[in-house]
Amino acid sequence: MTGAGRFILAIAAVAAVWAAVAAPAAAEGRVPLPVLAAGKGDKCVEPTDIMRRYHMEYLKHQRDETVHGGIRGAKHSLVDCIECHAVPDTAANGVRTIRPFCDQCHEYAAVTMDCFGCHTPKAADATEGPTQ
Amino acid sequence: MTETREPRSHDAVDRVRRRVLAAAATFAGAALAPGVRLISPAPAEAATGPVTDKVRWGILIDTNRCDDCDVCVEACKTENGWHGHGRPRTDPQWIRKVTLHDRQTGATHDLPLMCVHCQYPPCEDVCPTGASFRRADGIVLVDKHTCIGCRYCMMACPYKARSFVHEDVTDQKSYMPRGKGTVESCTMCVHRVDSGRIPACVEACGGTDGKGAMVFGDLNDPESDISREAGRHMVTRIRADLGLDPGVLYRGI
Amino acid sequence: MREIPFSPLPGRSAEYYTLLGWFALMVAGGLGGAWYMEHHGHWVTGMSNEIVWGTPHVFAVFLIVAASGALNVASIASVFGRVHYKPLSPLSALVSLALLAGGLAVLVLDLGRPDRLIVAMTTYNFKSIFAWNIYLYTGFFVVVGIYIWMMMEWRMNKYKSPVGVFAFLWRLTLTTGTGSIFGFLVARQAYDAAIMAPMFIILSFTYGIAIFYLVVVSTYTWSERPLGDFVIRRMRNMLRIFVAAGLYFVIVFNLTNLYATEHHGVVRFILLDGGVYTTLFWVVQVFLGGIVPLVILFQPGLGHNRQAIGLAAALVLVGGVCQMYVTIIGGQAYPLVLFPGMDVSSSFFDGVVASYTPSLPELLLGLGGIGLALLIVTLAVKLLPFLPDSLADADMDRRFHPDEHAAHFDEDDEEEEPQPATKAA
Repeated sequence: MTGAGRFILAIAAVAAVWAAVAAPAAAEGRVPLPVLAAGKGDKCVEPTDIMRRYHMEYLKHQRDETVHGGIRGAKHSLVDCIECHAVPDTAANGVRTIRPFCDQCHEYAAVTMDCFGCHTPKAADATEGPTQ
Repeated sequence: MTETREPRSHDAVDRVRRRVLAAAATFAGAALAPGVRLISPAPAEAATGPVTDKVRWGILIDTNRCDDCDVCVEACKTENGWHGHGRPRTDPQWIRKVTLHDRQTGATHDLPLMCVHCQYPPCEDVCPTGASFRRADGIVLVDKHTCIGCRYCMMACPYKARSFVHEDVTDQKSYMPRGKGTVESCTMCVHRVDSGRIPACVEACGGTDGKGAMVFGDLNDPESDISREAGRHMVTRIRADLGLDPGVLYRGI
Repeated sequence: MREIPFSPLPGRSAEYYTLLGWFALMVAGGLGGAWYMEHHGHWVTGMSNEIVWGTPHVFAVFLIVAASGALNVASIASVFGRVHYKPLSPLSALVSLALLAGGLAVLVLDLGRPDRLIVAMTTYNFKSIFAWNIYLYTGFFVVVGIYIWMMMEWRMNKYKSPVGVFAFLWRLTLTTGTGSIFGFLVARQAYDAAIMAPMFIILSFTYGIAIFYLVVVSTYTWSERPLGDFVIRRMRNMLRIFVAAGLYFVIVFNLTNLYATEHHGVVRFILLDGGVYTTLFWVVQVFLGGIVPLVILFQPGLGHNRQAIGLAAALVLVGGVCQMYVTIIGGQAYPLVLFPGMDVSSSFFDGVVASYTPSLPELLLGLGGIGLALLIVTLAVKLLPFLPDSLADADMDRRFHPDEHAAHFDEDDEEEEPQPATKAA
């Protein structure tokens, strides 16, 4: 455990140095800020500033509710995110997926997503299924 | 939950944080603490759930009606999207048809076999992270978000009901996420059951191509079809000696 | 017996760096194998939905079992008061930690989602013996780490004994936990036996002392430090006792299964018609890994010869890996009995003996674990004073007389140190 702790500390130190070096560069505008396309409808399920910071918490909470409690069709479901935010995706031969929407910010912030190894990023009209 | 985030010095962020926390706290009627799952009533717009232990879902299979047809297997594949890659040893198999041959009498018999959704599932017992779990309504599932792919549940399952996802999966169904490196098995079509429908295999078996050998329903409800059928003739539980109380019952073995 | 100074190896020779390079190469191979498996998914290995645990698990379990056994020499000194084992205690604890690290690395890198290790460390199901083992394994690092500290820091020496007792109890629990991974598998005809836990404890002594012997002899030979027959003899005596005890447990385990009619199928599979598993069981595990070493170790001529004892230890280890192979893979290859008395067939290999061929990436991963353990030991003995400067008889044996030396080899001198004055020194 001490080895792991030291490893994490080392990573944190490297990250801190990187942030100090890289942050001013980003502020100067060398990395363009993500520009997100508007989703379907008037507004998201939560205000944009809240979604921007807390979407993963909402998704994680909803995921536990759904998997363990069978609560489906609730406000913060990933399927609904995909429905509103899917756009034609060149990486998926033009099929509508949510990846372009997610990837912009996630690539900008260098945060890896673990959603789409299992969940399909495709909108419902792009997946064939006998049930909803 | 949100409180596990470190506060930022930014005023706007703190305002947002307070709003989220206030909203969540009102919602849950309880203070949030790190690591404590927020137990909230189902939001008004949620279509289903939460599940309770008032019901116990089960399937009764009359193997005398079953023959070598495999509509249940095909229906499961189509519904849940677990098509193989032509590599039988590593391809998934959520439900399979088994042929029995009695060595002494020579009689043969066919039956479908899948996760039997035990009341006391060994897979749940051995799972180090709690990813294998039994839902309140008796459906045994893998929470693929916490499955680390150790396969101990596959060692523990007496029914060989589980498959390990040996390679990348694409084109999953939106309601049935599946991914490399985790363990999966029959979910009793949990997404259908939650919206008041019956599992795909049972539906197919009752269809024009099927043999009408499967009944799905609530084992806790004495008036349900499955309870009445189970009460009419003796049922068999595979490996009943282990005392696991499976939710999938057989008649005719 | 006088106080023997400890010092690190200089570790500046070309041979040292060559050795280090070989072990690093093994580790790199293991990492490469793991990367290949994780990148493509497990279908590129020999493992399948029938053989869910394969070669990586054989090596991982072997290393973890050996790890707790390698601590035995230190335990004998601290717990059972045999002071002549004292100089070897720090090395024993080091080898034990290194083997555990190697085994755990293999186990973790084989996971379907090794990236989720943090989940395994934060989310627990306490009914799972696996979850308990996560605590037992990580706790072992802490406990043995502290134990090494108590032994190597003279100001802490006074706490060495209680910590040693605690470490001993911990390692017994740990091996019980490892054996119970299999013992608790109620559904599998090849496992589901309470004897698994004590059998694994005995096996841990066997593998641990065999590895420890090879480490001591090769380290002292290559570093040209004196190593007397006194130490060799003691390790040989331990080895032969535990090899014999291990065979005893194997016999009892199989006899019990032979008595129960419902287990005849699986016993017949392992002992008679299991093909490669039967061959591995009889030829490698029992004959080469048990009987031949016993003959060597009890034979007065060969039993005095370091090379012969080394050969016996190596055979014990090869037999041990095969024992794990037969237990883990052979146990899964035998089909689950779902319908007793029936022949079954399906598209999912019901009723069929599962086939398994180890793949290169799996083998590389397993060997990588061994490489990691050896790399840790090799580095540690250079960085810290784990090794006594001398293990010569004059330093180790309080009854040493140069003239009578050879005659003493088989003499029983296992009694405790009687004089408190000697202990204090």
